[in-house]
Amino acid sequence: MLTLTPEEQAAVELSLRVSVWATLTSLPPGLFVAMLLSRGKFWGKSILNGIVFLPLVLPPVVTGYLLLVLFGRRGLLGAFLADNLGIVFAFRWTGAALACAVMGFPLLVRAIKLSIDSIDRGLEDAAGTLGANSAWVFVTVTLPLILPGIIAGTILSFARAMGEFGATITFVSNIPGETQTLPSAIYTFTQVPGGDLAAIRLTVIAIAVSMSALLASEAIGYVVGRRIGVEG
Amino acid sequence: MIEVDVQHRLGSFDLKAQFVSEGRVTALFGRSGSGKTSLVSIIGGLIHPNRARISLDGEVIVDTEHNVFVPMHRRRVGYVFQEGRLFPHLTVRQNLLYGWWFTPAAQRFGQFAQIIALLGIGHLLDRRPGSLSGGEKQRVAIGRALLAAPRLLLMDEPLASLDEARKAEILPYLERLYDETKVPIIYVSHSVPEVARLATTLVVMTEGRVVAIGPTADVMARLDVIPFSNPVEAGAVLEAEILKHDERFGLTALSLCEGQLWVPRLNGHVPGTKVRVHIRASDVMLSTRAPEGLSALNVLRGVVTELGPRCGPILDLRLDCGGQAILARLTQRSVESLKLAPGTPVYAVIKTVGFDRQTLGAASRQANGADTTAIPI
Repeated sequence: MLTLTPEEQAAVELSLRVSVWATLTSLPPGLFVAMLLSRGKFWGKSILNGIVFLPLVLPPVVTGYLLLVLFGRRGLLGAFLADNLGIVFAFRWTGAALACAVMGFPLLVRAIKLSIDSIDRGLEDAAGTLGANSAWVFVTVTLPLILPGIIAGTILSFARAMGEFGATITFVSNIPGETQTLPSAIYTFTQVPGGDLAAIRLTVIAIAVSMSALLASEAIGYVVGRRIGVEG
Repeated sequence: MIEVDVQHRLGSFDLKAQFVSEGRVTALFGRSGSGKTSLVSIIGGLIHPNRARISLDGEVIVDTEHNVFVPMHRRRVGYVFQEGRLFPHLTVRQNLLYGWWFTPAAQRFGQFAQIIALLGIGHLLDRRPGSLSGGEKQRVAIGRALLAAPRLLLMDEPLASLDEARKAEILPYLERLYDETKVPIIYVSHSVPEVARLATTLVVMTEGRVVAIGPTADVMARLDVIPFSNPVEAGAVLEAEILKHDERFGLTALSLCEGQLWVPRLNGHVPGTKVRVHIRASDVMLSTRAPEGLSALNVLRGVVTELGPRCGPILDLRLDCGGQAILARLTQRSVESLKLAPGTPVYAVIKTVGFDRQTLGAASRQANGADTTAIPI
């Protein structure tokens, strides 16, 4: 009962690939936006804040539909990207990754922003008086100190991506081998007669992956926290 | 030499300070809220002042009129913060080498080993800041600032967050700092004993203004400065020389004001060593006749030179004792019953127990003789 059919295996692999890509590509912009929201003073900051956190409160179907409008074949951005850069999102696994990235983005930004907010800025001043310019201060002081927040945000965003269903299925549909992620596959199996066993197998895998992610985040957080003296 | 002329508004607080100092250890002295910390933050480059001109050994680092503002990382002004501000994610060694790493090789001075030895932090190198005591943290912070090869070292109340025992642990290191590194220091403090012990030049501040500046002994002997400092601790700072030790009673005789002063034994110092003595005004009694049958050991002859303003029932007086000034605090009633006025000859009675270990410090920064040493307190 524990061996997976090729179709199930494809769904698991696809989900992992989509989640890893979604998390890694959203990390640099997430860090940038978190810095901007925590430290920046500019007009329209609350609007940016609203846009970033919107996917957290909108129904995922709405987010997925907006993505379809924007990044579909004939969407505003989708047409431009396809014609000029050859990047196509619609009904591809890349689209699933985009949907997961957008859905996980608020969680990522929120975790990083909280840790930036809690930094003692006096430490950055101290680094400045010791001869470090702002870029070096960021790399040698700010970044190491917000590392726990970055890790927590990354894990959260990864877990969110593994579980993303509504926006993905709305945006890129449910194509086995291309856009059928783990949750979509489970949903599909529950809709067909005799699919219960497959659904349960995939559910066990989903629990295992999510649990490992949580444990990993605990472990990394502990090690990093000890390194920067938070817990000792 | 440092020249400072600053005008800055912080909310409702108006800082307008100006001073020039060639002192080796310049103390910015005043009560909390007098603007000392804002002033050093401006010198260090942490605050962008409304209007200022600051130069260091002739090099202008801030001149708002000509749009000069050297950013803090290029200022080469070391900063020791009240709370240390060590990087928690780095070891002590990495903290110490942080500024060293950013300093071009040609500008570096002092050996790592030498500064470690000067501050006594060699045994801490592999630890993390989280496990250090307050005193150890401050010593590491001082070492870190020095290893960045500063032209000026700013110290913002480095002892304020420490208890008395930790203060006593650090003070001897601070005393040696200038002599061994030759980096001029601006030392912010509201503590009279600290300033009396460390500073060569005193800048007294109140409400964002400089009200007095000069050599420490001169400024401390001014009656008009007392209200701006800490009246309980106010008193004269004098230079004395060790005459002899009395083994039987565990005392040391100092020559001072053409007389002698007995203090608890100063261990490890040969006669001839110069020391600095801080005599609190409240530890001095006056008598118009030579006192007899008194338990106090120290009686100095002098002449009243100035009466300070009356403050409640008390007032402060300045005496001239063989060319050096001593302050005394008396009640208005005593002043009147003894008919004290400028010119009255008096005997100043100073209680031996009035000297705690804090008020005795080495005078090596002021003495020119080569044979002076610091006193471990």
